[in-house]
Amino acid sequence: MAEKKFVSKEELLDYLDDKAEWLRKEIIRISAIAGGSHLGGGLSMADIIVALFYYKLNLKRGDPKWPDRDRFILSKGHGAVAYCPVLADYDFFPREWLDTFNKLDSPFGVHPDMNKIPGIEMSTGSLGHGLSVSVGIALSARLDRGEWRVFVLMGDGETNEGMVWEAAQSASHYKLGNLTAIIDRNKLCLDGPTEEIMSIEPIQDRWEAFGWRVFDVDGHDMEQLVDALDKVPQPNDTKPTLIIARTVKGKGVDFMENVPIWHYSGLDKGKSLEAIASIEKNRPSRRVS
Amino acid sequence: MSEDIQKQIVDGFTFTTDTYNELTQAEVYGKVITELAKKNENIVVLTADQMRSNKTGDFRQVFPERFFNFGIAEMNMFAAAAGMSVSGKIPFVSTMAAFASMRSAEALRTDIAYPNLKVRIISTHGGLSLGNQGTTHHATEDIAILRSMANMTVIVPADSIETAKAVVASENLNGPVYIRIGRSLEPMAHENDQFEYTIGKSIMMRDFGTDAAVIACGVCVKHAIDAADELKEEGVNIRVINMHTIKPLDTEAVLENARATGAMITAEDHNIIGGLGGAVAETLAEAGIGISFRRHGVPDVFSDIGYPEDLYERYKISTTGIKAGVKEVLAQK
Repeated sequence: MAEKKFVSKEELLDYLDDKAEWLRKEIIRISAIAGGSHLGGGLSMADIIVALFYYKLNLKRGDPKWPDRDRFILSKGHGAVAYCPVLADYDFFPREWLDTFNKLDSPFGVHPDMNKIPGIEMSTGSLGHGLSVSVGIALSARLDRGEWRVFVLMGDGETNEGMVWEAAQSASHYKLGNLTAIIDRNKLCLDGPTEEIMSIEPIQDRWEAFGWRVFDVDGHDMEQLVDALDKVPQPNDTKPTLIIARTVKGKGVDFMENVPIWHYSGLDKGKSLEAIASIEKNRPSRRVS
Repeated sequence: MSEDIQKQIVDGFTFTTDTYNELTQAEVYGKVITELAKKNENIVVLTADQMRSNKTGDFRQVFPERFFNFGIAEMNMFAAAAGMSVSGKIPFVSTMAAFASMRSAEALRTDIAYPNLKVRIISTHGGLSLGNQGTTHHATEDIAILRSMANMTVIVPADSIETAKAVVASENLNGPVYIRIGRSLEPMAHENDQFEYTIGKSIMMRDFGTDAAVIACGVCVKHAIDAADELKEEGVNIRVINMHTIKPLDTEAVLENARATGAMITAEDHNIIGGLGGAVAETLAEAGIGISFRRHGVPDVFSDIGYPEDLYERYKISTTGIKAGVKEVLAQK
């Protein structure tokens, strides 16, 4: 939930775009230090993470275990590099920790560990588990009459997993209106385009057939993301929600966009500087001057 | 069980030692969990279209809100249990051992064991207990699979009394616990419930002498007891150790009994690889103890089809099979 008050929606959207620019630069910075990370998928989900953490999620700075917080599960655990900087920004742990990424005894590897990183709700990494875990969390919220919600971010390729559909059917069976899933629809999995490797379209029809409410948005348009998040129903609703966020793998860095080799890679100093310059150039224009 | 056993109220439960004898392990589990849930509102029960066979229907009647049937989708159920655990619930998750340990292995390992969550996996129909149902429904790998997951406690109760005690004792453990029970109809190994039960501490069921020792778990405990009683008549005096906890293993008892007897067999309703026999063999080897030793269990084959009692005979984990094993190790002592 945005901690600042904004006089206009335009001001809010500018603030969120600023945060997204900062997060993209953090992804590049950490990848350079760490010797490698999931750059492509990290950059594709950056705007979604920002919209969630700086607009939607009800969180308390410095208190990762606050009981009434909204829960967020990163089912595409390989996106930790685009998620952990936000947790540091919420003062859940010291920012310097991020500089240890991938090193021996660091709390941070490519995939996040809930017992090592404050703010991580669930250890993830093996694809297809996050939605099931989120179903369990949403059921617990119901039992406790909790007013909070569960949000889960999945990769598009991971919806190939059968377990995702077991979870999808149980979420609608148990009428989990307090559960919202978002698919980072960047259209590329490790071996190539999802529609060539194992097609997942028509996404909207499939999920609607499983009893979900579905919104389809441009996952890099902050206004569309915010509007979709505004449409997420009250937690006592009886239908789970899916947001298909159409994204571009490597978004914001010209030489990475839609180029499969940047799925996971390191960056030398030259490439890092080039990436940072690209991120600044590609930042959406300001609405309020 | 002797007829004059007085009715006992065990650990505050409303059923009795007489009832134990009439109930299957699964039925006892259903009753114990219902009693525990009356004291702890965080306990929830999950099953995968197995309510009738694992007897969690008792719980459902008393706590319909806290009972979740996930249908025939075990992976989702175990991962959802992890989600409930991180939200403060204590899930008791129950399905057949074959599906808990193999279909759902990754959810058990990655979502439950890795984060070290307080989830109780009550795995029914372990080993060959569904013998005539066919090999798809046998679970002769589960102990090996679960034992290799860090953080996981693995318990194989000998009968329904032990099932009750194991479920109660597991309340004090914070990490995940796998309790592997049988189908039903297994004979009682304990005469009553008046014994100390500690997870990780084996129980000496017979201590007739130092000719040999049988270390057994699950249904094989009773078979070993009967073997010891019959062998005694024949002048062979052995010990029977009930190793109800496979992990953490009571290594002290393994070593002590190996040193005292010099001849040992393990008996388990499981593949001889990776389960009780494997754990005991590792302990002996690392301690440098070379004794006359045999592992009895399914000899690394896909088990045949037949009634459990016939399969126990075939794989030498019946009373007859254990007696023969004892004589073999004795001859080589």
